[in-house]
Amino acid sequence: MGRYIIRRLVIAIPTLLVISFVVYAILALAPGDPLSQFANNPNVPPEVRERIRESLGLNQPWHVRYVKWLLALVKGDFGYSFMSHLPVINLLIERLPNTLAVVGVAYILGIALAVPIGMISAVKRYSIFDHLATTFAFIGFSVPTFFTGLLLIILFSINLHWFPFIYDSTLKVKDFGSFIDQMKQSIMPIIVLALFDTATLARYIRAEMLEHLPLDYVRTARGKGIAERLVVIRHVLRNSLIPVVTLVALGVPAVFAGAIVTEQIFRVPGIGELLIRSISDSDTPVVAAIVFLFAVLVVLFNLIADVMYAVLDPRIRYA
Amino acid sequence: MEKRHLRRGLALAVTASIALAACTQTPTTGGSPSPGASSSAAGSFSRGQGGELKILYWQAPTILNTHQATGTKDYDAARLIQEPLASWGVDGKPVANGLAKEVPTVDNKGVSTDFTTVTWNLVSGLKWSDGSAVTADDVVFTSKYMADTDTADPNSDYMTGVKSVVATSPSVVTVTYSAPTANPYQFGTGGGNEIMQKAQFEKCLGAKASECPENLKPVGTGPYKLTEFKSGDVVTYEINTNYRDAKKPYFKTVQLKGGGDALSAARAVFQTGDVDYGWNLQVEAPVLKALIQGSSKGDYLGKASSNVERVNVNFANPDPALGDNRSEPSTKHPFFNGPDGLIVRQALAMASDRATIGDQLYGNGLTGTSTCNQLLGNDDWTSKNTASMSVCKFDPAAANKLLDDNGWAKGSDGVRAKGGIKLNVLFATTVNALRQKEQDILKANWEAVGFKVELRSIAGGVFFSNAADGANRFYYDLSMFTNGSTPDITGYMAGWTTKQIAQKSNNWNQNNYHRYSNPAYDAIVEQMRTTTDQTKLNQLGIQANDILIKDVVVIPLVNRFQVASGKSKALQGTNLNPWDSEMWNIADWYKTP
Amino acid sequence: MAATADMMRPPRSLWKDAWYQFQRHTLAMAGMVTLIILILGTTLGPFIYTTPINVIDFSRAIEGPSLAHPMGTDDLGRDLLARMLWGGRVSIAVGITAVVLAITLGTAFGALAGYFKKLDNPLMRVTDLFLSLPILPLLLIIIFLFRDTLRKLFGPEVGIFLMIVTVIGILTWMPVARLVRANFLSLKNKEFVEAARTVGATDARIITKHILPNVLSSVLVAATLGVGGAIILESTLSFLGLGFPSDVPTWGRLLFDAQNYLDLAPHLAIFPGLAIFLTVLSVNYIGDGLRDALDPRKGG
Repeated sequence: MGRYIIRRLVIAIPTLLVISFVVYAILALAPGDPLSQFANNPNVPPEVRERIRESLGLNQPWHVRYVKWLLALVKGDFGYSFMSHLPVINLLIERLPNTLAVVGVAYILGIALAVPIGMISAVKRYSIFDHLATTFAFIGFSVPTFFTGLLLIILFSINLHWFPFIYDSTLKVKDFGSFIDQMKQSIMPIIVLALFDTATLARYIRAEMLEHLPLDYVRTARGKGIAERLVVIRHVLRNSLIPVVTLVALGVPAVFAGAIVTEQIFRVPGIGELLIRSISDSDTPVVAAIVFLFAVLVVLFNLIADVMYAVLDPRIRYA
Repeated sequence: MEKRHLRRGLALAVTASIALAACTQTPTTGGSPSPGASSSAAGSFSRGQGGELKILYWQAPTILNTHQATGTKDYDAARLIQEPLASWGVDGKPVANGLAKEVPTVDNKGVSTDFTTVTWNLVSGLKWSDGSAVTADDVVFTSKYMADTDTADPNSDYMTGVKSVVATSPSVVTVTYSAPTANPYQFGTGGGNEIMQKAQFEKCLGAKASECPENLKPVGTGPYKLTEFKSGDVVTYEINTNYRDAKKPYFKTVQLKGGGDALSAARAVFQTGDVDYGWNLQVEAPVLKALIQGSSKGDYLGKASSNVERVNVNFANPDPALGDNRSEPSTKHPFFNGPDGLIVRQALAMASDRATIGDQLYGNGLTGTSTCNQLLGNDDWTSKNTASMSVCKFDPAAANKLLDDNGWAKGSDGVRAKGGIKLNVLFATTVNALRQKEQDILKANWEAVGFKVELRSIAGGVFFSNAADGANRFYYDLSMFTNGSTPDITGYMAGWTTKQIAQKSNNWNQNNYHRYSNPAYDAIVEQMRTTTDQTKLNQLGIQANDILIKDVVVIPLVNRFQVASGKSKALQGTNLNPWDSEMWNIADWYKTP
Repeated sequence: MAATADMMRPPRSLWKDAWYQFQRHTLAMAGMVTLIILILGTTLGPFIYTTPINVIDFSRAIEGPSLAHPMGTDDLGRDLLARMLWGGRVSIAVGITAVVLAITLGTAFGALAGYFKKLDNPLMRVTDLFLSLPILPLLLIIIFLFRDTLRKLFGPEVGIFLMIVTVIGILTWMPVARLVRANFLSLKNKEFVEAARTVGATDARIITKHILPNVLSSVLVAATLGVGGAIILESTLSFLGLGFPSDVPTWGRLLFDAQNYLDLAPHLAIFPGLAIFLTVLSVNYIGDGLRDALDPRKGG
């Protein structure tokens, strides 16, 4: 196992190099102009735009820019944003806590809800609970997040006046009162995201458990006189979680990339909002940095997921 | 997130060939300034009487130095801190609510009689928010920053034609233009001319300008100073205790938040009252109307300008089969150009129902009004001739007749054709719910007279660029967007001359996307360049406008409002200004209890 | 002769058994009936209900359901039911086709990676690459590169349909691949596989006839969830200007257009939302039924 991990880590480096190259090529070749904001502005004639383009280094061919970017990256320098002229790394550090506070919490909540819901749905198949859970899961799933978010805003902010719908990132949690305020302003985006996560995971857990429940070893365990609840939790659940582990691990990098639509609707200044804005502004340094870090997380968490399989399922051997 | 927003302020090309006999000329813009101190009927209040002012923009400011900024949001956010020498007032005339004691004119000897020298007197005892004194050196430094090519200031055009900016004394600045100018306020007035502190920014000149950290925490003379700036998110301000008017500003703190979309911003103003001022509520008229009418919390502020939303016709051939030669001026559009070109274009124009678009989508005066003119903004240069032109009347029967009479017969699929050429048009614009509805209406209009219309919507950042899908390359038959004239109408109308045709050789970096070439039109614009008499200039502008409409180079649809914001009912002192930043008089804002 | 008659009887086919099992699953049948109604409704509907989809009439804008307009009208006065029927065709077709593509790709990748140790690493690294790609710029490039060719070859509507389906397919196969691979890794060493090998089954046969049916449950869940996701993803693409032109009233687009009118005219959102929901729900129950039916242990 140790050798396997080391081998994977070693392969990760050329993998990331290839990924960074493909990603940078895509970003450089994609149509779009960071200076498009000036397009209809008579005060910024073409010569001035050219000068700005030069000052941003955009006049060089993209493979030259790629090499420069890569060399800087190795030193930990992610460059400067075209729009805010801030070092990209500062932008990311500033936004990460907001993303984790909303998207991260929603993810954990989603998992925490999905496991019991999926489990009970499987055990009490086709019961009222199962039907309700299925319907609820499919509502959460078949309605896009922009819509759920909007519904919640109209219901809770505009009609009931319970929660604010403009996220205030200057709020500092120092006492119970401000903690409640933070809860109030993040509960809606968290619900929107958690709904989606719970729906997906619960379906997968239910399916896996249904696979395992009729198996022989379960009958054996029951035959041995073990309480049903223990049978389900200690044996069936544990085995069912193995493929689910892959999904959860795959989902973690996405947490760090933020939730594009939800962050926009609720004005949560997270990484997702930064990403979508930078893409439409063609702010390449920011997009390249986020995508590259995302790739690193993907490669890393795929490795973690693979290692967890081998740990959870002794039948899997890699070496 | 597209806002076809013209930057308020002037960018005048100095007319180099003005004879020295122009010494009796009155300036073509500006004119007599309004009295300095009060830019609005202010209520009486004292400094710091109020609480927090909450402002919501649906685009977040990313940088606070207007001399490195890209968007209106950045200019507005910076304007609370940084100020120019004077602002453009509501009527387009300069107002001295900035660093200058008064607006220089010929009468007060501030402007020389030959219109080459302007003397600005700074307010006495003026201090920066950090306590140090403001001197003429700061103004001189700002001018150097703007003119420096390595610094790449987007506002550098304001320094075109400026020979020198000199500090004749610690509180007097003399600006000399290289030739008599029709606009002596070009440097120093309005957004884009904010004065920077020399001590803070002198290390930011040249190539270092772009990444200088000072860009994010400028020191200024405005009513507020910076507390905290989270780029792309929120700016918080507090009172600048060194502000020159001890009775202002009213609010103790200001929070300017950005992000989200226009409709939820409108809700925040009209339905929940969460914010006091919501910027640029680009919401469809029926929805906006419902919000305004039902609201006990907010008021709507709308003001027209010169912006025209219009359909642009391609005179070149965008056929992909032409490869590299697509839409080059040497090619001719199969049916919008050529012997039947005018007829087909006229039919297209007569089939376009601009009144419905203006009424239903823009609320007939809520966020815009329908129009058939390309040059707008001021009654003096708005044509009254176009209203009676046939191409400005919605008459699908006449359009059908015109095409029938000229051999464009409808095929079995309802699409007209002649000589094997079918009237298939590809019509593109940006991704925007309102624009998509305009496209739907126009598509129905045009298909009713025998065109076949394919719609395309392109992301704003791509549409407004040189990319293959961009409006410059015009690889489609019709496009639609908005822009408008500045007070420099010559510069604007020149955008349709032969010299400014966008093509491969100039990297499509010119303004004449249509590839339109008309010697008669070019001649009129040439005349405009050498005319100094404002009345004659306006008349020539009207003539040029009429040519564009009659020749159906553009099909104007709606005169879109510049300002369309919402404010809470208690907020007073806002004074809508289409010529300068919406934050131009933030020091005067207050709330009734 | 009784013995011969017995020997002449055709062997019971797996699929006939499966169908028999499926019929016993009430919800799956309900789901199938619903889906058939939806498909028939959207394909044949426009021929029966002939109200046009794009006639603009502001005097009848934002009306609730009525006899003339059973689902009401939108803010341009266009009939919603007609648009739903027309656009539903596109939505359902996109949903199902894109998912089939994604599942096929994902299963192929996952099976090969899970079964053949040598292929595991390269295939999974390719998966990593696809997972890290920035979707929007990638889409912009694909559209820009292929739109004109597809338009010329297949006409504007079919061309864009193919492009959307392919794009959604290549963006959503990765989780399926990981899932299938995970299942293959754990099943590969089971006894029944060894048994099959001893009998001389080829790798291809083992993969397709032995392991794959056991992997079906995860794949089916992914597929059923994927249909809804594909329909929604298509609406997000349209919203970004990268999908069908704005005048094609797919359900996702109708939902998207309805958001500004949520308090003024909720019916504009309820109907497309409900349609998507029913489609996804019925596909889900069909999936449930299929899994039961194909389950070798259910005695089918």
